[in-house]
Amino acid sequence: MKAIVVLGALAAAIVLQATLSGMSMAGGTRVNLVLVAVVYVALAFGAVTGLLAGTAGGLAQDALAGGIVGIGGLSKTLVGFVVGVLGAHFIVAQPVPRFVMFVGASLAHELCFQAVYALVESRPFTVQYSPVLLQALVNAAVGVLAFQLVDGAPGLLQRRQSRGAMITRRRY
Amino acid sequence: MLDIRRRTGILLFVMMMGHIFLISVQVQSKSGVPMLQAVTFGAFAQVQGGTSSVLHGGRSFWGNYIALRGARAENESLHKQVTELEIRLQEQRALAQRATRLQELLDLKASTPLPTIAADVIAGNPNPGMRTITIGRGTADGVEANMAVIAAAGIIGRVVGTPAAHAARVQLLIDRYAAAGAVVERTRAGGMVAGIEQDPPLTMDLVSNQADVKTGDLVVASGVDGIYPKGFRIGYVESSEKGPQLYRIITVRPAINFSSLDEVLVVLVPARPVTPEAEPEAAGPTK
Repeated sequence: MKAIVVLGALAAAIVLQATLSGMSMAGGTRVNLVLVAVVYVALAFGAVTGLLAGTAGGLAQDALAGGIVGIGGLSKTLVGFVVGVLGAHFIVAQPVPRFVMFVGASLAHELCFQAVYALVESRPFTVQYSPVLLQALVNAAVGVLAFQLVDGAPGLLQRRQSRGAMITRRRY
Repeated sequence: MLDIRRRTGILLFVMMMGHIFLISVQVQSKSGVPMLQAVTFGAFAQVQGGTSSVLHGGRSFWGNYIALRGARAENESLHKQVTELEIRLQEQRALAQRATRLQELLDLKASTPLPTIAADVIAGNPNPGMRTITIGRGTADGVEANMAVIAAAGIIGRVVGTPAAHAARVQLLIDRYAAAGAVVERTRAGGMVAGIEQDPPLTMDLVSNQADVKTGDLVVASGVDGIYPKGFRIGYVESSEKGPQLYRIITVRPAINFSSLDEVLVVLVPARPVTPEAEPEAAGPTK
């Protein structure tokens, strides 16, 4: 069940990312939904699941995006593992810690991604901090929102079911 | 059953290695060789280097330690051989030197008209105060008292005392009681050479202050003493200066190296008395 959920989340993130690939935020920064999904899975299910999700999501994203397959996978694998470990050691049930975790994970992922590319292509390691920071903030916002939605969904469903039952009883 | 959730580190490592492998397959190095191939080749080269080092170390250990178990005995045996060879070399060298000396004596014997007989030095002097040697010829060989003893380089001394049948004692010219009539070859300035207890061990007395004697002049026997054959070398003037009275003070460096006498020639000519009163005593000092 968990595997299905994870794979579904990743697939949805990839499809959505591909669909919204032209979507541009302020400063040209784009949201990385696959990374958001990996961090989400890592926080929700632990280090191993985060690691595997990072591998799968990263490889899929690399394969779809073109370029060197494995760099995104490597970065997301590391991020998924580290976030999973941190999530097991710290309380990240509140929006603010989750937000911080998403921001940190996004920054770490970007740094790792650029560093590996610089290493592979033998070019100087340079990072444009403003776009990266902005992307991290957007990722964090999307991730916290996703958590809120998922966390609130069962209650909302239950309330709707309860309201529907009351209406039925009144009608009948 | 391996539970990967309990082997997170291993799983992470495997995944990382997988990614690195995947990246390496796609990336080329600066030389154009695929990174995976370059890394693999580099790693394999390191392995080969390590293997070679281990093999070299093993071979070195075997060659320098294990295989040298018999080296100690062999070393001792070789040391013995070297010692024996050194002894034999010294023997051969001594024989060669002896042959050279004998050749010189033979040449001298052939060049001089005097009757001579070769003799080995068989002993040194037991008394430090007397500078004598013992030779292996005696009366049985015709050796008599006061016969001159010479070598290729010059005069050695004379036979003193009564010789035995096969041995005789020889007083060296550098003995403090020995003397011989001498003349400076260059100027024919005459005098008497005698032994003294100093260096050089010979002095030439009775040479006039007016005589021309210089350092390096050759001093030879004058023959006036009736013992030593005329013209044989005695030595070379080492210093010559005017004396306070009538005679010069002259020191002479012997032509003979008296510290290494092995073979000598005995001149088989009996001493000729200069005057009846001056006939030398058989065993007494000449001076």
